[in-house]
Amino acid sequence: MIRFDDVWLKYRSGQGAGPSAPDVLRGVTFEIPDGGFRWLTGPSGAGKTSLLKLITLSEPASRGRVEILGIHAARLSRREAALLRRRIGVVYQDFRLLPHLSAYDNVALPMRLARRNEDQIRADVTEILNWVGLNDKIEALPDALSGGEQQRVAIARAVVGRPKLLVADEPTGNLDDDQAVRLMMLFTALNRLGTTVVVATHNRNLVARYPAQLLDMQEGRLTEHD
Amino acid sequence: MIRFGRSRIDHLGLRSALADRLLPVLVGAMSFLAALAIAGTLAAAVLAAHWQGGAAGELTIQVPNPEAPAGGATREAAVLGVLLTSPGVTNPQLLGQAQVDRLLAPWLGPDVAALALPIPAVITAGWQGPGTPDALGAALSSAAPGTLLSTGAAWAARVATLTASLQACAAVVLIIVAFIATCMVSLATRSGLAQRREAIEIIHGLGALDSDIAGRFAGRAATLAVTGAVIGTLLALPVLFWLATLAAPFVNPGPQAGPALPPGLWVALPMLPLFAALIGWGTAQLTVRGWLRNLA
Repeated sequence: MIRFDDVWLKYRSGQGAGPSAPDVLRGVTFEIPDGGFRWLTGPSGAGKTSLLKLITLSEPASRGRVEILGIHAARLSRREAALLRRRIGVVYQDFRLLPHLSAYDNVALPMRLARRNEDQIRADVTEILNWVGLNDKIEALPDALSGGEQQRVAIARAVVGRPKLLVADEPTGNLDDDQAVRLMMLFTALNRLGTTVVVATHNRNLVARYPAQLLDMQEGRLTEHD
Repeated sequence: MIRFGRSRIDHLGLRSALADRLLPVLVGAMSFLAALAIAGTLAAAVLAAHWQGGAAGELTIQVPNPEAPAGGATREAAVLGVLLTSPGVTNPQLLGQAQVDRLLAPWLGPDVAALALPIPAVITAGWQGPGTPDALGAALSSAAPGTLLSTGAAWAARVATLTASLQACAAVVLIIVAFIATCMVSLATRSGLAQRREAIEIIHGLGALDSDIAGRFAGRAATLAVTGAVIGTLLALPVLFWLATLAAPFVNPGPQAGPALPPGLWVALPMLPLFAALIGWGTAQLTVRGWLRNLA
């Protein structure tokens, strides 16, 4: 379960941070049950990415209570937070691949961090790279891949560990329609298997094609969540 | 070809990020200095022990009015008698007039006899203890009042003080070297963190523990530090042998004197790369863990 209770966020560091910085999230409250699927929508700057940062434990809330997979985020030690992150698959808008690692090694990274057996890693990584259509690019470095291919590597990395929670920020932005459909099939299949899925998107067609509950953000506030 | 072994994967690209040329060179220079400092302190201890042993074991006895009577003999004979029968005293030798004149020549000139000064008789002897020769001094004064007994204890104390000063200087040098090495590793690690910030944020987001990330930096820093320390220590060896050659006549006087490094050095030098590794590993661990606190 994911539960936000009157959550506020003001960035502590980075660009625009400081005491006079604006609240990027203001009193956000919602709940997603285990195995739920939510679209996260709203215009640019509405706070979607900031909300995803809280869900992925990349930022702590300034105020309010955040529960991820039923665990109160503010009470986690650094080690516990790291272990919880391993149960969360994330597809970043900017892919966030390691440029010096091959597609195979990028996808294998979460499993290696979790100390999985190399035989299991080989089987799972090869399978998921086949699934996203990159079986002929497993040794390619990210710079040698197109934007769409990089996005597919990022998606493969997010789902290879069969996460309990899958968070995606504009995952279809660099994909053609066929690939977007395949991606949504993957997400819905994972969701049917019990993975909680949150997908941030501007793509209204995609939302219309795969109906699910909406979390609609406007100026840091949640305006619709059913 | 796919690299399936986890340990061979350089997740953070540290092989290119963590000053792989500069750090070993700087640690090597520090190790070179540390080797010299350690050799200096050990050699000072050896020389001091040698000199202290020599100085503390020598007695010089001055007998004023040596020809004056004392207990049926001359004062000079009475003192010699006491020395010959005292335990711990070895090889008492009455210096001849020529030897005494030679000793006094720097102060009184070459023709001491012409000055008609009352010159005391001088007797040298060895002292093998036990304890200090204080009781001997009292016995000599009793046999011939006014007899002066000098030992090398004062010189030995001065040599001990000098040695302690040299060892303190060497210890300060070692502390400074360790501090500079720590600063260098810290700077190199910070530079590596800045270069690999994005990669670190990515694997942190994927669930890497602080210990995973710090361990990779620490392992790399320790490897580079060991490499530099081994090279620096090996380069110090020829210099140490050259210095030992210069010092050989002071340690082992005689025509057969040859260079010999203090035995303790053969234990201390191999420890240098281990200490360098420890400094590299520990500093990188602390630096990275501190830096990671900036991440949620």
